[in-house]
Amino acid sequence: MNSTQMLKIKDLHAGVEGNEILNGINLEVNPGEVHAIMGPNGSGKSTLASVIAGKEEFEVTQGIVLFNGEDLEDVAPEERAHKGVFMSFQYPVEIPGVTVTNFMRTAINESRKARGEKEMPANEMLKRIREISEQLEIDRKFLSRSLNEGFSGGEKKRNEIFQMAMLEPKLAILDETDSGLDIDALRIVADGVNKLRSKDNAIIVITHYQRLLEHIVPDFVHVLHEGKIVKSGNKDLALELEEKGYDWLKNETVA
Amino acid sequence: MDLKEKLVSSFLAFENSIDVDHPVHDIRSEAIKTFEDKGFPGRKEEAWKYTSLKSLQKIDFSIFPKEAEALEYRDVKKYFLHEIDTYKIVFIDGIYSSYLSETTHDGVDICLLSAALSKPMYKPVVDVYFNKGAAKDDSITSLNTAFSKEGAYIYIPKHKAPIKPVEILHFSSGSESAIMLQPRNLIVVEENAELQVIERHQSLTGNEVLTNSVTEIFAGENANIDYYKVQNDNPSASLIDNTYISQNKGSQVFVHTFAFGGKLTRNNLNFYQEGSGINSTLKGVTILDNKQHVDHHTLVHHQQPNSESHQDYKGIYNDKSTGVFNGKIIVDKIAQKTNAFQQNNNVLISDNATVNTKPQLEIFADDVKCSHGCTIGQLDNEALFYLQTRGIPKKEASALMMYAFANNVLESVRIPELKKRINKLIAGKLGVRLGFDL
Repeated sequence: MNSTQMLKIKDLHAGVEGNEILNGINLEVNPGEVHAIMGPNGSGKSTLASVIAGKEEFEVTQGIVLFNGEDLEDVAPEERAHKGVFMSFQYPVEIPGVTVTNFMRTAINESRKARGEKEMPANEMLKRIREISEQLEIDRKFLSRSLNEGFSGGEKKRNEIFQMAMLEPKLAILDETDSGLDIDALRIVADGVNKLRSKDNAIIVITHYQRLLEHIVPDFVHVLHEGKIVKSGNKDLALELEEKGYDWLKNETVA
Repeated sequence: MDLKEKLVSSFLAFENSIDVDHPVHDIRSEAIKTFEDKGFPGRKEEAWKYTSLKSLQKIDFSIFPKEAEALEYRDVKKYFLHEIDTYKIVFIDGIYSSYLSETTHDGVDICLLSAALSKPMYKPVVDVYFNKGAAKDDSITSLNTAFSKEGAYIYIPKHKAPIKPVEILHFSSGSESAIMLQPRNLIVVEENAELQVIERHQSLTGNEVLTNSVTEIFAGENANIDYYKVQNDNPSASLIDNTYISQNKGSQVFVHTFAFGGKLTRNNLNFYQEGSGINSTLKGVTILDNKQHVDHHTLVHHQQPNSESHQDYKGIYNDKSTGVFNGKIIVDKIAQKTNAFQQNNNVLISDNATVNTKPQLEIFADDVKCSHGCTIGQLDNEALFYLQTRGIPKKEASALMMYAFANNVLESVRIPELKKRINKLIAGKLGVRLGFDL
């Protein structure tokens, strides 16, 4: 096994209540790489993201997911988070009564505790919150609002990226982060993601459309269809898809 | 001797301690007959199907407590909303504590029922309002009426508003091994006047306490009343609370009930809308564990057109706790254009917890908007997963979810310091560790 590999997915089959959604996925992600996963509705994109993040509803029936060489099978979602896996949700959940700031503090300190580190001092926390919210052009007032409650679609997505930046994950999976964003918000979110890019981190961008990939330029593009990666390539594949549509690939796989 | 017999036979002794020539005493004499006739309600009565008073009746309660030793403020400070300045009407074992209280007669009367019943200057108000809101045929209420002697008396004349909220605190000191208390509150808020009240019953020991409380509230035209019931008593304390609210046109009355503590709690919260343009709002958060039992019986009676009512009760039940929500809405035939909304959502976090929830709508008008909804469920798995992916362990995540679920009701709490307090109580009860200082 390549020791620099961060994520290795081998022949992954997974589904819900006997319905197989993922049908033999193979994927390798190394530190410093950005992978885009594209595909039509129902192709299994969100399921793949959820399985990597550890959602219990999905049953892995075959295959393996390794994160930094460790089998994730029996690892709870929160432990995956502590190890550095982050997933940005397509539909973030509203938590009334818990402010963004308080939530962030709880999340960061839980991860620190799990790693045997001390709690982040309040002043350091506030400083980071200030810096990151400025980067993402988030209004300060928004930080004392209840988490996602009454947020617009765009605000929720921006808040996801805010959380990602605060948590500094090793592997960030962005599930349709571009949906519901106007072009300005898209640029801000993409800038936020690009700031996280480093030789030590990896990002998986799940998207329907090519437009996000103009801002977050991927090293690899994979096309998912019926629970399988049917084509992989570089960023040009995304452009080709945009031009020809998914039907082009569906036909190609049949042929 | 069972509790009923003991109470009835004590009435003679009680009469020795009060002015039997006062007109109110006729009311008391009537009331003891009603109680003697009906006794404690049993589970055969529909309204008491899920709440049994049987085991309480076996306890040998002391009915006339002796004066307890004075309490030091520092020992009970935490039960007051001490972060802000308030008027305080404080009782220890049913007896007024002038030392802990802060009353006023400066343009408004915030004082004692015993004073209001004995001094001629209060007679005009007492004659008009005393026992005019409370149900005459209800046995538990009648029991309280029969022994009515002490409690809070609040009178806010037209266009007045006290400069600060009023706290009504009933402490039981534990000087008796078992004590029964029957406070009686009379609250009159006249036309365009305003009032905020926080009411709390608090036992200071593990001794048995049974409180049978009756509160009558009268809201004049366009009056505005905010009433908060904080029920976080010891596991050996039981409470039967009967609150009767009569509202005149254009008035707004909000009652929040926070039921976190106690052994057995029964809340009978009754609203009578006697005009148009009225808003009655009833909100509740109930969080129980162990073998706690809380029964909310609400009634909103729409008697005139163009008024509204909003009910939102949330409950979280753990261990072997049991909860009841029975929400009755009556819309009279003439009460057209009524808008009545009722919601009761419950989360069971233990297989042994029980909730009985029942909306009861009696609608005789044909042009009304009434909606009701009851849910009993578990926590949303997607939301739990969301929190887990942020590194929050499942146990903490579910506590946080429940906190969010319950906390939603707090939005209408208009005293920020109280809101903070309740926030903390909820977080504490659910084992959520949240930093509130950021």
